[in-house]
Amino acid sequence: MSGYIARRLLQGVVAIVGALLIVFVAQRLSGDPVALMLPMDATEEDFAAMRQALGLDRPLPAQFVVFIANAVQGDFGDSYQWQAPAMALLLERLPATLELALAGLVFALLLAVPLGVISAVHRGGVVDRVAKIFAMLGQAVPGFWIGLLLILFIAVELQWLPAFGRGGLANLVLPAIALGWYPVAAMTRTLRSSMLDILDSDYVRMERAIGLPERWIVWRFALRNAFVPLVTMIGVYFANMLGGAFVIEVVFAWPGVGRAVVDAVFARDFPVVQAGVVLAAVVFVVVNLIVDLSYGFIDPRIRHG
Amino acid sequence: MAEAVLPRPLLGRLLRAREGGFPYIAATVLALVLVCALLGPWISPHDAGRIALSEAMTPPAWLEGGSMSHVLGTDNLGRDILSRIIAGARVSANVALYAIVLSGFIGAVLGMAAGYFGGVVDALISRLIDVQMSVPSIPLAMLFAAVLPPGEAMVIFIIVLSYWTWYARLVRGEVLSLRERDFVKLAKVAGVGTPTVFYRHLAPNVLNMLLVLATLQFGSVIVFEAGLSFLGLGIQPPNVSWGGMLADGRNFIEVAWWLITMPGLAIMAACLASNLLGDWLRDTLDPVRRQL
Repeated sequence: MSGYIARRLLQGVVAIVGALLIVFVAQRLSGDPVALMLPMDATEEDFAAMRQALGLDRPLPAQFVVFIANAVQGDFGDSYQWQAPAMALLLERLPATLELALAGLVFALLLAVPLGVISAVHRGGVVDRVAKIFAMLGQAVPGFWIGLLLILFIAVELQWLPAFGRGGLANLVLPAIALGWYPVAAMTRTLRSSMLDILDSDYVRMERAIGLPERWIVWRFALRNAFVPLVTMIGVYFANMLGGAFVIEVVFAWPGVGRAVVDAVFARDFPVVQAGVVLAAVVFVVVNLIVDLSYGFIDPRIRHG
Repeated sequence: MAEAVLPRPLLGRLLRAREGGFPYIAATVLALVLVCALLGPWISPHDAGRIALSEAMTPPAWLEGGSMSHVLGTDNLGRDILSRIIAGARVSANVALYAIVLSGFIGAVLGMAAGYFGGVVDALISRLIDVQMSVPSIPLAMLFAAVLPPGEAMVIFIIVLSYWTWYARLVRGEVLSLRERDFVKLAKVAGVGTPTVFYRHLAPNVLNMLLVLATLQFGSVIVFEAGLSFLGLGIQPPNVSWGGMLADGRNFIEVAWWLITMPGLAIMAACLASNLLGDWLRDTLDPVRRQL
């Protein structure tokens, strides 16, 4: 088990260093970073001085080492727009993004769990068919379009819920649906098939034989076990939702990391964009790591040797 | 499998005449997208960029105030929505085709090399895949959108960057088992050169899988491109794209619902069609492997 943990940790570190390398290469693709930082009337001497101050006159591998050393300390430079450390600006907004992704996940589960269980118990029934149609449409409809439609129908036409900004629970509902929309189909299918397996197993037959109420068997015993395959997916989809939140945040004017990064792209505020990509990669890797490691605790059958 | 006994839901029956049957509607929709892409300027009722402020915000033809010359209505500048959707099809199809062919080719070559040579080559390529997959594609897209000149080429580059790993992983897994098969081993013993082994013996055996994945991904690439263009980071005006139309329409959501519904329906139809066609292709080409 400890060997497995060490290997996964190392993989995580390699992935993050790789992400940093991608960011570093992209930064060099952007041309001369100094040109972005200095005023238009800067002289050739100003440029040289700035390059030296930033270490840009040194060979690329040395620059990369400096870049990594700074990155490890969370230093990606100051935002050109806000004159403040880029990573700190984004970390301030991270709770908003996490809140949104978590709400999206809750929405997805609220829909997928009943749909998955009912379509397994009543195979071929109405719910099963509806879930199938839903799955087919769900994979083909982009979340940001769902968001626009929700704004159109729920916020503008019916005026039930607010369409923009962050605030109470009411503000959270529409963006959470738009973000949680996509994984519903896959989660429902996974839960349905693992429920079907489990409802067919010996211990469920035994529980039926001793006369436990069917409702107990399905919702308490079977569901608990059928949930295991879903747990991996939850991690993966949660990590993906953090990426998807970048688009949904723009649709709903949600003050999170994604919207700040999109704004930064338009403002050519490169330190913020860099910090955003690295932050997204770190969160992604950490979430996946936690999921992989929690496997063994959730399901003792797959303790890693 | 439990799937087989399940009666097909109504929508499924409509879209696919019978179990395993050719999905005519899906194929027609995709063909329509390709026709629009190829013949756009000749079949569209108006010039997609033509501004006519006197006709601005005309609703679709079936509504009060609509007109048959603008079947799906017009936008805030009086531009014809139908013509713009047809023009957007060109961008979507173009980006999707280039992106899929390129990521399929790069992914297949790297995947074959990793699976066939093993050892250091495999370790390197596998790590590259790990790294690529640990950076979520939307933030990555923003990084490159910030440094590269915007336009179709940039969108294609960004999509290839995120999508090649799918092909590489799929092909690597397949080649790992293929290289142990007799026909590959014997070819090597007989002194066949490595490029020929790749071309003659490995490539034909992974082609079907690649074709299925490519068809399934056609829709997902269209959605990805639409997302980028919606954010304003993808296709730039005056070029027309479905995502860009959604971004424009978003500002008039309270007065003209058709501006955000019509392009979205186009995206959905194209994506749904490619998913259904991909499913059919998978079942037809490879009845054993239902899970891709």
